[in-house]
Amino acid sequence: MVLYLLLMLFLPILTLFATGFSLPPDRFWSIATSNLAWATYGITISLALGSAVCNGVFGTLVAWVLVRYDFPGKKLIDASIDIPFALPTAVAGVVLTTVYSENGILGRLFAPGSPLGSLWGEEGLRLAFARPGVFIAMTFVSLPFVIRTVQPVLEDMEKEVEEAAWCLGASPATTFWYVIFPPLIPSILTGVALAFSRAVGEFGSVVIIAANLPFDDMVSSVLIFQRLEQFDYPGATVIGIMMLFLSVALLFVINLLQNWSSKSG
Amino acid sequence: MEQELGISVKNVSKRFGDFVAVDRVNLEIKAGGLAALLGPSGSGKSTLLRLIAGLELPDEGQILLTGKDSTYEQVQDRNIGFVFQHYALFKHMTVRENIGFGLRIRRVPHKQIKARVDDLLELVQLRGLGDRYPHQLSGGQRQRVALARALAVEPKILLLDEPFSALDAQVRKDLRQWLRRLHEEVHVTTVFVTHDQEEAMEIADHIVVMNKGKIEQEGTPAQIYDHPATPFVMQFIGPVNVMHRQKEQVFIRPQDVVVTLSPPTEPGTFTDRARVKRIINLGWEVQVELSLDDGQSLMAHLSREQFADLALTVGQVVYTTSKDERSFPLDYVI
Repeated sequence: MVLYLLLMLFLPILTLFATGFSLPPDRFWSIATSNLAWATYGITISLALGSAVCNGVFGTLVAWVLVRYDFPGKKLIDASIDIPFALPTAVAGVVLTTVYSENGILGRLFAPGSPLGSLWGEEGLRLAFARPGVFIAMTFVSLPFVIRTVQPVLEDMEKEVEEAAWCLGASPATTFWYVIFPPLIPSILTGVALAFSRAVGEFGSVVIIAANLPFDDMVSSVLIFQRLEQFDYPGATVIGIMMLFLSVALLFVINLLQNWSSKSG
Repeated sequence: MEQELGISVKNVSKRFGDFVAVDRVNLEIKAGGLAALLGPSGSGKSTLLRLIAGLELPDEGQILLTGKDSTYEQVQDRNIGFVFQHYALFKHMTVRENIGFGLRIRRVPHKQIKARVDDLLELVQLRGLGDRYPHQLSGGQRQRVALARALAVEPKILLLDEPFSALDAQVRKDLRQWLRRLHEEVHVTTVFVTHDQEEAMEIADHIVVMNKGKIEQEGTPAQIYDHPATPFVMQFIGPVNVMHRQKEQVFIRPQDVVVTLSPPTEPGTFTDRARVKRIINLGWEVQVELSLDDGQSLMAHLSREQFADLALTVGQVVYTTSKDERSFPLDYVI
């Protein structure tokens, strides 16, 4: 077990650190805090956070419907939730780009001159090859997390607990906010955090759907890839380390959440 | 003269698909009473309770709570307390928050809630455990929290659905007596569902025996036990021997079997010769299994003194009569 973790997890991470920190500190710092690097951190984190929150809201809703309602095709929908995990992310990128580009089924609705697009001015709303596309790709690849963390908790919830609240005079809305929702919070937050870290690290689909313009829609993972293409291994490593810190910080938050949920569960 | 009204169920039916769970039931429960709905699983007792609570809506009939037609009234407006078999506590809330929930959503001021919760914790003997979470409590304690939570909103009617069946035998016994005492203090009209006849006899002052969605018989525990109306009630309430004699089914309680060493002298009494097959000494009573000459077996429950006087041994030949028995025609379908 230890060997497995050593080989699969710790060794690669240690190598990353070793390569990164072999640079002189001032050089490390200048790469890590360059204007472009900062811009990608900002774009990556804000879009990933947005998509994680979006998945938090809608994932909870989907989990609710899947657990509480019976309808034809439910099994099929339940099974297809995991598609974003199974699909190669590059394929996801291509498919999403097709759908959301100016000529795509959905992209067309927001194209210049279209009724919906006009709401955003003459240029319309550009989905693919811009930030919204990155947001959509991130949301797509991290979609299953919240659903899959919330579903089991909802399934374990006894109907009787709700009935008890009704008998005490609670309306369905009150019952939801006071009785059903609070026990879901830890699992929703865990799902959101997982989705967030997945979105931060996403490369395959994002690189395809984005225009990858620096300071516009370029995310950190794409910047790393560009550095590698230019044989700038130290540069790639430094940005990689910065992203790693971000992930560790997130894992720490997830751990706190799990502690909290196990205490009140 | 206004008489206080309890629960009145009029010609109520409830179907689930093709299954008739409750079949045209009529029932009156007097205010302040403590009634038991007793029956095997699937007899419709829980459904009837849920209909009274408003957790199910009847397909036909009428339900009056304290004189008011509540057939289609929302659960929330019925002012009932309901206690579930598996407690149904809010796991993310402390004991205090659970008990105070009904008051909190009614926007009762915090001070009043605290005072009321303190009183209730005292009542259910859980003082000092108010800040625990449900998972830190034993089953018996959880059920008392559930009861306190139900009582917090001062319901007109308290309904309990198999409240003790998930608990250990000893805890169950304690809680039964405790519930009886509690009812004497609180005096709220109470209906509880059970499949355990002993529990019903011990707690309730009115027993409603249900079978297949219908009421078989209702009355005081003594009426039900001493004058069972149907073979079903006879068999369901307490142990009973079922004997076949000619075209009749004869029901004899084991404690009504009289065992003698010689044939009784009074003429006209029905006597059977039997052989002692097995003796089970429980300490407070002795159960003797007898094998009649015609092959049927008969259980007799003897007191220690009776057993000592007879000095029975396995294989011994004895004579049996009965102090009391009830017979129903053989074709009576249960």
